[in-house]
Amino acid sequence: MAEIRFRGEWQPLEADTIAKVGGHMGVYQLSSPKDAVVFIGYAGGRSVFGLRGELSNKLADNGRRDMWFRYEVTTTYLSRYKELLMVHVADHGSLPAENDANEQLGRLSPT
Amino acid sequence: MDLGLTDEQRMIVDTVRGFVREQIIPIERDLDPDADELPPADRARLVQMVKDMGLYCPDVPEELGGPGIDAVTFALMSMEMSQHAAGLYVPCYGVFGGSGLAQLFEATDDQKERYLFPTLRGEKKGFFALTEPAGGSDPAGAIETTAERDGDDWILNGTKHFISGADRAQFGITFARTDKSKGRDGVTCFIVDTDAPGFHIRRVIHTLRSAKYAMEIQFENMRVPAKNVLGEVNKGFAIARDRTARQRIPYAAVCVGVARLAQDMAIEYAKARSTFGKPLASRQAIQWMIVDNEMDIEHARLVTLNAAWKVDKGEPFVAAASMAKVVATEAASRVVDRSMQIHGGMGVAKELPLERWYRELRIRRIGEGPNEIQRMIIARDLLGTSLR
Repeated sequence: MAEIRFRGEWQPLEADTIAKVGGHMGVYQLSSPKDAVVFIGYAGGRSVFGLRGELSNKLADNGRRDMWFRYEVTTTYLSRYKELLMVHVADHGSLPAENDANEQLGRLSPT
Repeated sequence: MDLGLTDEQRMIVDTVRGFVREQIIPIERDLDPDADELPPADRARLVQMVKDMGLYCPDVPEELGGPGIDAVTFALMSMEMSQHAAGLYVPCYGVFGGSGLAQLFEATDDQKERYLFPTLRGEKKGFFALTEPAGGSDPAGAIETTAERDGDDWILNGTKHFISGADRAQFGITFARTDKSKGRDGVTCFIVDTDAPGFHIRRVIHTLRSAKYAMEIQFENMRVPAKNVLGEVNKGFAIARDRTARQRIPYAAVCVGVARLAQDMAIEYAKARSTFGKPLASRQAIQWMIVDNEMDIEHARLVTLNAAWKVDKGEPFVAAASMAKVVATEAASRVVDRSMQIHGGMGVAKELPLERWYRELRIRRIGEGPNEIQRMIIARDLLGTSLR
């Protein structure tokens, strides 16, 4: 059974680290400070330059905050994205602060 | 069987076709290519449009508040409603409503008030949970979920998987073993409330289909009132059988619709694209693929409409519905595969819906009863043999 919680090392949201990310479809998390997830997003079929493009856009919008990211490459980005949001709500009681509060979402009670 | 459409059927088909092209596709162009839902404001507007057209919940009988559209017309509608990117699993993104859980037509008046009518009004959502980790093709044999009587309640324990829509549902229809000694005659159908203690959604099951994902649910000492038994105790499997067989017809029809659109795209592309100074359409290799597509589509369309016609005539239809499911899912898979080949590299790009249909059609040959099971049903009809 696949791990439903995000794993992987946090990396600083900086141009150098983002440049090493591929242009694949997938999901990502942003945190600020480290380990405090503030946003979950995905690079879908219409994302220009995939994960690298989405993270670059986030860097451009980020202002001067210290921020970290981690990502998973997956073609099932929509179901994984929804799953990650539901897991976050199950663990923390609410969506990440910078996600759309009106997101159409189900509920999950992971073990 | 009259192969011509009545004036009313022609009008409905034209109306739905126009709705898909003028309302659904323009919105869909801005959505993710795997999207399965519309922005809420668009959805509300389009649901109202469908209600104003008198086509909301088209497969619901008049005595239950629907328009009572016959099976043939509903199949024709389904062939039109599916002609867009998300059309295979969410025709028109669900704005036409519909019975979905037609098993509730067999409910008591109290159950209809609490579950069916709110669902038809769009106030509640339900899920259907039959498949378990031990198997889905032989549910009567594979069901390990148990229900034990405790006073006025039943206590459910067990796991169901590949269940769509459970995470957003207010209730679900599920099946549990109430008498271990009786095989398929020891299974009971229950309506469960998802806000009750002991109901858990454990995980998303990621598949080829990123949209309309499936889930694993668990009943953990979940208390269900006896008034939520659907039908009779130990007779649950009969409820599953008839309605499930009937639903294979629109299941087949949406495959025909997707195949039709893939073929239209292939023909348009073959005429426009040139290689070595001539359009693809002039090449015999391409022509034969397009001809094979057309024969597949026409075969699937006629077999599907024949099954619907048997329903409307009150004739035995279970084998015909199975045949429609097999023929349409396999034909559509071939049509989309050939259409991708004609499109070359663009056929596998997410800029076109072909790659989505290709993935989703693979599931279609397994979902709603694998095609091997459908062939067993047809064989039983032809040979009079038991599946067991």
